[in-house]
Amino acid sequence: MTATRIEARFATLKAENRAAFIAYVMAGDPDAATSLDILRGLPAAGADLIELGMPFSDPMAEGPPIQRAAQRSLLAKTTLNSTLGIAKQFRDGDQTTPIILMGYYNPVLHHGLEAFAADAADAGIDGVIIVDCPPEEAGPLADALDAAGLALIRLATPTTDDKRLPAVVARTRGFIYYVSVAGVTGVKEAVAADVAPAVARLKAASGLPVAVGFGIRTPQRAAEIARVADAAVVGSALVDEIAAALEGNENVTNRVLSSAAALAKAVHAARVENLEA
Amino acid sequence: MTIKPNAYSAYPDTHGRFGDYGGLFVAETLMPPVLALGDAYEAVKADPTFQAELDGYLTHYVGRPSPLYFAERLTQHFGGAKIYLKREELNHTGSHKINNCMGQILLAMRMGKTRIIAETGAGQHGVATATVCARFGLPCVVYMGAVDVERQRPNVFRMNLLGAEVRPVTSGAATLKDAMNEAMRDWVTNVADTYYLIGTAAGPHPYPAMVRDFQSVIGREAREQILDMEGRLPDAVVACVGGGSNAIGIFHPFLNDEGVRVIGVEAAGDGMDTDRHAAAINGGRPGVLHGNKTYLIQDVEGQILEAHSISAGLDYPGIGPEHSFLHDAGRAEYMTCTDAEALAAFKLTAELEGIIPALESAHALARMADIVAQVPKDGIIMVNLSGRGDKDVNQVAAFQERSI
Repeated sequence: MTATRIEARFATLKAENRAAFIAYVMAGDPDAATSLDILRGLPAAGADLIELGMPFSDPMAEGPPIQRAAQRSLLAKTTLNSTLGIAKQFRDGDQTTPIILMGYYNPVLHHGLEAFAADAADAGIDGVIIVDCPPEEAGPLADALDAAGLALIRLATPTTDDKRLPAVVARTRGFIYYVSVAGVTGVKEAVAADVAPAVARLKAASGLPVAVGFGIRTPQRAAEIARVADAAVVGSALVDEIAAALEGNENVTNRVLSSAAALAKAVHAARVENLEA
Repeated sequence: MTIKPNAYSAYPDTHGRFGDYGGLFVAETLMPPVLALGDAYEAVKADPTFQAELDGYLTHYVGRPSPLYFAERLTQHFGGAKIYLKREELNHTGSHKINNCMGQILLAMRMGKTRIIAETGAGQHGVATATVCARFGLPCVVYMGAVDVERQRPNVFRMNLLGAEVRPVTSGAATLKDAMNEAMRDWVTNVADTYYLIGTAAGPHPYPAMVRDFQSVIGREAREQILDMEGRLPDAVVACVGGGSNAIGIFHPFLNDEGVRVIGVEAAGDGMDTDRHAAAINGGRPGVLHGNKTYLIQDVEGQILEAHSISAGLDYPGIGPEHSFLHDAGRAEYMTCTDAEALAAFKLTAELEGIIPALESAHALARMADIVAQVPKDGIIMVNLSGRGDKDVNQVAAFQERSI
């Protein structure tokens, strides 16, 4: 049931020949109330899907921006339950924007895999990305998510070779997340010319839309990626806006949403510009 | 769970599992290199030329075998079973860490890797890694928590002298856990040419098994030596446990000897009645961190807590997965030792034996009174003296000043 929200969104975008803009923010960053405000404002700012980070003490695949976001969130006492609470309040006012949870395995394991899947479905979550749970270890998680009707979304990377690709796409639903750089989030920059063949290869193997992330910080780069992929994901640049707003004593929500709007505009206009050019 | 005798050498299984523990919990970018490492390690394990090369370096460069020494005055002091010390502190670089580094650097070179990274807590593994990198001419970056850089200055200097770059890590509590996070971030970023030389028997498969195998030279020697010297096996084999590489190294060759107790000693920091300790088994529960499932110090939400120990090498919230398995299976026992008890054992060993042990190893020595009381008077206790304490003298002096 819930995975169809992702499918419906990508079907609409395809019909309009638009790429999706996926905004990543950390739940509870800098606090639960502001985090909810940001989420509620993201669809109007142009976010087609939302990735909601679950904070973890040891985010091994993250660069400094998202590490700091997780620290701010944990300092504000964010829990898995409060994360799901934020999502549920968002969902009460928005029935169509898919929400993907993204995080690390240990907090999910402690919640209990079945309970996590059921609670997430109840909160209106559509899909789940667990960074440190590769296909080799993900059987129980995939079973629990399947039972609750949630999509397990897998990461494919530049190091995912042909031997591994079938296992990586095997139980993936909704879309594939292509990590465009070998590295942590928000440090290296994606190169559209390298991304295009990788996206084509993943699409052929999975038959699913391909979202690209980990190396996109600017509207210009987002537009380049939007021309070759089904979605562009931006996270580090958005959470850096939170940090900057806090530091400058500015309105956090406004600053993040205006940055998101600029990125969304670039993504949505990318293919139109391409046709005109 | 029932374990049949002689079953212990069968672990891990093909999925890298020790029972429920271990496994391969890393991000997708690292899966291909981790799997390739597993294949490469299986190949060299079966390759007699690799083993002969490693043995040659262990003999002529590391200085193995290390002596098994009858600690006569410690034995008199405790008034019971004979205490033997396995003198790993006499190895080149002053600890057991070099055994594993030598094995892994030879493997890294066979795999064609041209850059080595490592994490370090006390600096012993960092020094051992910097040493083998200097010996074989490979560039070396060592991640070390900024707090540990402060409290283990002599080792930072040694690493620099050996040509390694030490990168202080300021995230989290700036200790070993955070250094390991940062090393993994480096690896994921430089995956094509970089070899991550993990120093403890933890991390994703094959590291726990590989580090154990390279460290098992300690137990293999010790077993032969005690049979030679006493004509019998010891009643107990004791080692300190942080991640647990020196412990699994001396334990493993004894696991199938049913009459031999194996005892790990975890760091209790300020005490197990406080939240300032580093005892994953005695004060934690199973979870997933740094590539493996194992006992971890964590809160109810599954967030990893900071460990606390006077000994930087034990200051880690996890433990190698094989220890978690041996604990659950009832084959190994895990005791604890506070900072204060470790300091007392540090002094006692220096005064009675003329050996300044590393603060890490002092944790194992600190439980002697209890273990002697549990072992027959004519029994034998073997302790792994995993490292020398020169690196710790500044910290011990500072601690004594504080407590006056």
